[in-house]
Amino acid sequence: MTFQRKHILGLEELTAEEITLVLDTAESMKEVSERDVKKVPALRGVTVCNLFYEPSTRTRSSFEIAEKRLSADVLNFTLSHSSVTKGETLLDTARNLEAMGAGVIVIRHPMSGAPWLLAKELDSSIINAGDGSHEHPSQALLDLFTIREIKGRIKGLKVVIVGDILHSRVARSNIWGLVKLGAEVRVVGPPTLIPKYIENAKVRTFYNLDDAIEGADVIIMLRIQMERQESAYFPSLREYSRFYGLTREKLKRASEDVTVMHPGPINRGIELSSDIADDAGSVILAQVSNGIAVRMAMFYLVASAGRNV
Amino acid sequence: MAENVLMDSETIDRTIVRITSEILEKNKGAKELVVIGIRTRGVHIAERIVNRIEKLEGIRPPMGTLDITLYRDDLRRKTEWPKVERTEIPFSVEEKEVILVDDVVYTGRTTRAALEEIMDFGRPSSIQLAAMVDRGHRELPIQPDYVGIKVNTLSSEEVRVHLKETDGNDGVIVLQG
Repeated sequence: MTFQRKHILGLEELTAEEITLVLDTAESMKEVSERDVKKVPALRGVTVCNLFYEPSTRTRSSFEIAEKRLSADVLNFTLSHSSVTKGETLLDTARNLEAMGAGVIVIRHPMSGAPWLLAKELDSSIINAGDGSHEHPSQALLDLFTIREIKGRIKGLKVVIVGDILHSRVARSNIWGLVKLGAEVRVVGPPTLIPKYIENAKVRTFYNLDDAIEGADVIIMLRIQMERQESAYFPSLREYSRFYGLTREKLKRASEDVTVMHPGPINRGIELSSDIADDAGSVILAQVSNGIAVRMAMFYLVASAGRNV
Repeated sequence: MAENVLMDSETIDRTIVRITSEILEKNKGAKELVVIGIRTRGVHIAERIVNRIEKLEGIRPPMGTLDITLYRDDLRRKTEWPKVERTEIPFSVEEKEVILVDDVVYTGRTTRAALEEIMDFGRPSSIQLAAMVDRGHRELPIQPDYVGIKVNTLSSEEVRVHLKETDGNDGVIVLQG
């Protein structure tokens, strides 16, 4: 099959075949990162703009490395030093970037749906690097890639997503992707942080970590955002950590070869006890390096489908 | 579609034997050789050459696989981009005699892309090109060093190398367009 989409906005709209094509392409891209000269000419002459309305170091850097390994020209627009702070609207800024020749725009924005607006209004290819609490497709694709690499498959795996499901775009994108590829998905967290109608997404909901972990093949820990504590979603970090933090003791209920993942940055001692964070370290770093390969695949595929890049 | 058989299974076997001998003669043995096949059929021909070298010299040269998709010069012009497969060159090409293997040499553009990709892995002493069929119509100054069969074709014709590994049988055919 060939990839027909000009944009990658979210996993909700991708088919299982399209997701698998991204993962397969990423496998080929991974080899490029293992070479001495980590660069191929595929996107020579294509200008890619990273438009980030939220602070982000690792996602933006990962996108930038992916762009450079494909020989694209890279333009960075970040919140702190650009016209964004001068009151220009999103669409005006994006139209300016397009006028500068940006064939692909990578956007991260605090408002859910912002990438769809750009996709509708612009000719450039749009890649969503995280919109509000909606989707974060590149993170979910790299999680799927990492799971498939370690376990050899996704179908039939018991995958548990732990933490703030309500605000997490990582969780949302992962749920779409995992369910489409045939995993059995469970979510667990405090009732205040589990979205209403989550059962429509074909996942099982738990409020008790021990029950959720039973027999798990993969556990995806979500980062707890410190600012949520002030909004009273849970009484205290300490209590959260006691109920939903992963420890060696709790992990005993999981499958023997369980894989623990985390999108980073980790709050040691809160989501993960420090020893678990150390044990899981290699997987978490594999997620980071796989992220580059997956993003290279995303660029290659949207560039192949879009005529204008 | 009219079909013209250019080589049968036995001819292909003999050709592999001859090309291998030429490679060994020119490079004075297999000591510095590495063999890299261009996906998909070049890889299988490369495998056969490597097997033959091992039989004759008692050394099995390292073998690699090249997918040139990311180096194509027509990516931006194609309407559908090909699927990217993995390149695997798990050895150093520095100071090696690289035998690059493809099934058909035509415009020379695939070879150009392959040369560029190999160079990204290091600086070999030389790169030599082996192909089962040279069908002419070069668009770049590239010539194979070892050729199975050289044949004049029309651009409208299609040359197909069939191999047991991918197609179930060995043979080279020309299809009239």
